[in-house]
Amino acid sequence: MDVARPLETSPTALNKPARDLIAEDLACRRGERLVFAGVSFRLPAGGALLLTGANGSGKTSLLRLLATLIPPAAGRLAWGAEPFDADVVAYRALLHYVGHQDGVKPGLTPRETLLFWAALRGAGSGRGSPPLDRALAAFALEPVADWPCRWLSAGQRRRLALARLAVASASIWLLDEPASGLDRDNQLSLERAIAEHRKSGGRVVVASHTLIDIAGADVITLDAFAPSPDHVAG
Amino acid sequence: MAAFIGLFRRDLRLALRQGGDAGLVLGFFVLAVVLFPLGVGPEPAVLQRIGAGIVWVAALLAALLSLDRLFEADYHDGGLDLLALSSLPLEFAVLAKCAAHWVATGLPLALISPSLALLVGLDPAEIVILALSLLIGTPALSLIGSVAAALTLGARRQGIVLSILVLPLYIPPLVFGAGAVEASVAGMDARAYLLILAALSLAALAFCPWASAAALRQALE
Amino acid sequence: MINWLANPARFTRISTRTLPWCGWGAVVVIAAGLYWSLMLAPPDYQQGDTVRIMFIHVPAAWMALNVYLLVAVASAVALVWRHPLAEIAARAAAPIGAGFTLICLATGSLWGRPMWGAWWVWDARLTSVLILFFLYLGYMALVNAFDDPSRGGKAGSVLALVGVVNLPIIKFSVDWWNTLHQPASVMRLGGPKIDTSMLVPLLIMAAGFLLLFLALLLLRMRTILNERKAMALRLNAETPSSRAPRAAMVATHPGAE
Repeated sequence: MDVARPLETSPTALNKPARDLIAEDLACRRGERLVFAGVSFRLPAGGALLLTGANGSGKTSLLRLLATLIPPAAGRLAWGAEPFDADVVAYRALLHYVGHQDGVKPGLTPRETLLFWAALRGAGSGRGSPPLDRALAAFALEPVADWPCRWLSAGQRRRLALARLAVASASIWLLDEPASGLDRDNQLSLERAIAEHRKSGGRVVVASHTLIDIAGADVITLDAFAPSPDHVAG
Repeated sequence: MAAFIGLFRRDLRLALRQGGDAGLVLGFFVLAVVLFPLGVGPEPAVLQRIGAGIVWVAALLAALLSLDRLFEADYHDGGLDLLALSSLPLEFAVLAKCAAHWVATGLPLALISPSLALLVGLDPAEIVILALSLLIGTPALSLIGSVAAALTLGARRQGIVLSILVLPLYIPPLVFGAGAVEASVAGMDARAYLLILAALSLAALAFCPWASAAALRQALE
Repeated sequence: MINWLANPARFTRISTRTLPWCGWGAVVVIAAGLYWSLMLAPPDYQQGDTVRIMFIHVPAAWMALNVYLLVAVASAVALVWRHPLAEIAARAAAPIGAGFTLICLATGSLWGRPMWGAWWVWDARLTSVLILFFLYLGYMALVNAFDDPSRGGKAGSVLALVGVVNLPIIKFSVDWWNTLHQPASVMRLGGPKIDTSMLVPLLIMAAGFLLLFLALLLLRMRTILNERKAMALRLNAETPSSRAPRAAMVATHPGAE
């Protein structure tokens, strides 16, 4: 049984300007269909938001919208007082998105995978391996760190995707079904990682079917934001 | 910069580790060239006349077949989202991937073309020009192909739509690449053709990453 | 004015009024042009009566190029300003442009046989027009290759702009290369060098083709708009009405403010 060590995220400069993530009246269109409209929330430092709802209600769409992969069809998204599109690059540097898929290449090892994504975050040359080892340990991947990823199980791949969070040093975590494929112990380490992140001032938005224990999280049920038939603005 | 090199090395490493892929492209290249003498008859004079064109067309088709490898895997495993959100601008990410694609595909095509040129009976001087033309022209093939590959991500019948899009755009490199060899066969200076080919590759370098990045962003929406 | 036209309902009203004029106008003008070209214009001193193919070939060529330009401009407008009708205009115009290109290639081939002795030559002008035809086909294939039509429209817009580089190549190919195809006689810096007796029917046919294009374009745009309306109605009819009414549920962190 893989045993995880707790993840320590040091409070970084990212969490210093304690701004809130503010969403007002967000609407999202996928293809020809208006998926949801009127979503508003405010996420301060240490805050957590849990998205629930039926399949197709737009949980993934909302997360992708917050990650700036989809433009909002209406509404406003702001980091503190500044709208996110005033400086998209800076906003993107603040967040890390873990989507449905794992982003895992069968031909690389977990260590190489994390090194690569860390380099792509601009997380620095000269950072060396300690953060990497910590990340691997936090999600119990040390035993398989040098195996080709094609040998990993689905749960291990999911943990590798989550391990990116540890090297990404992002303030806002956007997680889509993070617990899928995880057994009880690993789900506990995920919850622990989330709690540590919030304690050091980070923010978390999680979309999940399974029951994840996030203390004091606000809940948005996206079914309630589906457009009524006559609201559809063509 | 570190991110650019990191992406280039990762893609190259993946291409080399899954070495079968590059090998398949080269295998197709050889087979396609071999088909022509079997089809048009082995007469040396005829083959020498059309040899450059045969090798170039086969190279085009081989490059075409390798294009869907460029973005498909990242698109389906979620890596493209992460590339779009990384500190590296998407245009440079495309450039890094095209560079890795060229080193893994175009460069080997250019390097084994001399042996194939022997199969179609070209002279040594022409073989040099053929290899040179492929060396200069294959970057354009990778870059132009990246635009079409990005545009067709997630399309039905991706392979065939990709081919319809990319083959007309491949015609200029083909005309000038094969034309360079034919000019040298005819005793004229091939330099003008090679220079225009280089210009095409440079223009593709300036223009295509931008177009591909725009297409990739649409694919992610 | 472009923004004023953006409202689909208004567009439908205006196009309904304009369409008969374009349609019947096209019929009348093309009939007149054909009569003039076939009966009244003089035969060429060298080619005799075969020159009359020019009166279809040249206007078709002009339309082929200009329709692609329209597709490219509409695509740019769709991408940059997200004008709702721009993408529909581009999608509607492309098959018509492809048709004109095909007419241009076919009539050119018919003309080439008596004039050059060959149905087809691989010179720069013919090759670049053939590439234009493939670009049209590629555009049409791409916009229809996606299950989500808006994704197809966006991808097609990028493709249309990429292919624009072909247009100056076509236009100037007869100047840049030694081609069998004759150089420009009408659209030149020095003014047309063709005689008025031939220029007039040529321009009449061009006007007729333009009206025909406009009529077909408006027709296709209306059809596409109706298809989209039908699809939107169907998609939203399937939304279960058991969903809770829109509640302005604002989730705030307990204890904030």
